[in-house]
Amino acid sequence: MNWTWFHKWGSPKWFYQISGRWLPWLSAAAVLLIATGVVWGLAFAPPDYQQGNSFRIIYIHVPAAMLAQSCYVLLAVAGLVGLVWKMKIADVALQSAAPIGAWMTAIALLTGAIWGKPTWGSWWVWDARLTSMLILLFLYFGVIALGNAISNRDSAAKACAVLALVGVVNIPIIKYSVEWWNTLHQGATFKITERPAMPAEMWLPLLLMVLGFYCFFGAVLLMRMRLEVLKREARASWVKEEVAKQIEQGGVR
Amino acid sequence: MSNVFTLLVAREARLLFRRPAELANPLVFFAIVIALFPLAVGPESQLLQTLSPGLIWVAALLAVLLSLDGMFRSDFEDGSLEQWVLSSHPLALLVLAKVLAHWLFSGLALVLLAPLLALMLGLPGHCIPVLLMTLLLGTPVLSLLGAVGAALTVGLKRGGLLLALLILPLYIPVLILGSGALQASLQGLPVVGYLLWMASLAALAVTLTPFATAAGLAISVGE
Amino acid sequence: MSFASFSEFLAMGHHGLYVWTAYGISLAVLALNVALPLLSRRRYLQEEARRLRRESQK
Repeated sequence: MNWTWFHKWGSPKWFYQISGRWLPWLSAAAVLLIATGVVWGLAFAPPDYQQGNSFRIIYIHVPAAMLAQSCYVLLAVAGLVGLVWKMKIADVALQSAAPIGAWMTAIALLTGAIWGKPTWGSWWVWDARLTSMLILLFLYFGVIALGNAISNRDSAAKACAVLALVGVVNIPIIKYSVEWWNTLHQGATFKITERPAMPAEMWLPLLLMVLGFYCFFGAVLLMRMRLEVLKREARASWVKEEVAKQIEQGGVR
Repeated sequence: MSNVFTLLVAREARLLFRRPAELANPLVFFAIVIALFPLAVGPESQLLQTLSPGLIWVAALLAVLLSLDGMFRSDFEDGSLEQWVLSSHPLALLVLAKVLAHWLFSGLALVLLAPLLALMLGLPGHCIPVLLMTLLLGTPVLSLLGAVGAALTVGLKRGGLLLALLILPLYIPVLILGSGALQASLQGLPVVGYLLWMASLAALAVTLTPFATAAGLAISVGE
Repeated sequence: MSFASFSEFLAMGHHGLYVWTAYGISLAVLALNVALPLLSRRRYLQEEARRLRRESQK
């Protein structure tokens, strides 16, 4: 197998150039997909026969929740790559992705709570899914706080990587134990998303929104990472040229 | 290899017995937290009995958390951690010895104190063996997981609060299983399933966390 | 189109408040996530521009 594609990621300059080419496409795809998905989901999808129109919150709740979970896995993968192959760009990815993941978790929790009011009659129920999302938010806070507390940049990245790996091993255990705890305490609750066979005009906009959220995540992650690369590599000559060019173009004073 | 292990446990024991206050503080904390709850929710014995499984486990969690901050602190300050990291023995094994010593002198004392406080909360006598079993299986997991957080934060000036933030979410499965087992035994339901799950968690923690702790120590020392 | 009129669309069958706050908050958070890196990039470039000017004056 040819590993050159992997080694290329070791070069910040290569990353900066390639991500600069990807960024406009990702942003455009994100805007297009989310705009279509929102309009379709809000105005054209049929109302749910049980929940009426409040179910339309699904089109942001589910994509945010999916993204929040996969973002934590990304943290752990980036952490592993950073620890094993000492790849700087993985460190950058880990610390740039953590705040975005936390924001997505917050969206999932908030929309879940707002959705809960008309469906369950209260803002918060200790439902297994909501509870595990809350714990996921705490796990994100842990990674962010640890990264901020350690002043040495490389140690901070390594420490966050270890924590993310420990967290990712624990997430399935936490998830199962919370589900078990939930069935013990209050029996089967009404499940938000598990419903027999959603019609296509309901799940197609959902699919668009999920894809749109992933593109959005990719675009924002690249934006954060590119800035971080510029800061870290400030001494390299290509970065000096790039910064000078950006200052010129942006008219920054 | 095993010689190093026993030597290290013995050394830890000697060091801990020189500072008895450090051993006693988490226990006193445990007792005080338990005593706070009747004052907060009222002395009604029925209510306290229903709440007791959760109260005991939350208090135990916090007491273990309190003892964690000092786990590697003095070794970090006097430079012995550096020797550990540089030594030819596998760091994970040394960590395991350290955590074992920590648990023997703080976790085990907690386990022994818990029945007394449980009886004060009105937990019936037939639940006490279950309480002991869950604590015996659960507190080592708490110490082992906590060691990861302690290792990651040992180099920081104010690591205590950060440690709580890092570790408490990871304690949730132990909390759920431990208090769940107690609740089941309160209602006269079988508890073997809970105990088996806790045992498998303990096995998982013993095998995996020393490596994460070792990595954390290497990072903290290298800074 | 599953709504007959625009006011019906806004009302969302009595759930308008919930649906619109959920969407509003989420879109605001998404916008914030775009704005934060843009702003910090701008701040960094400003700092760099100031530093470069200082150095050229010396």
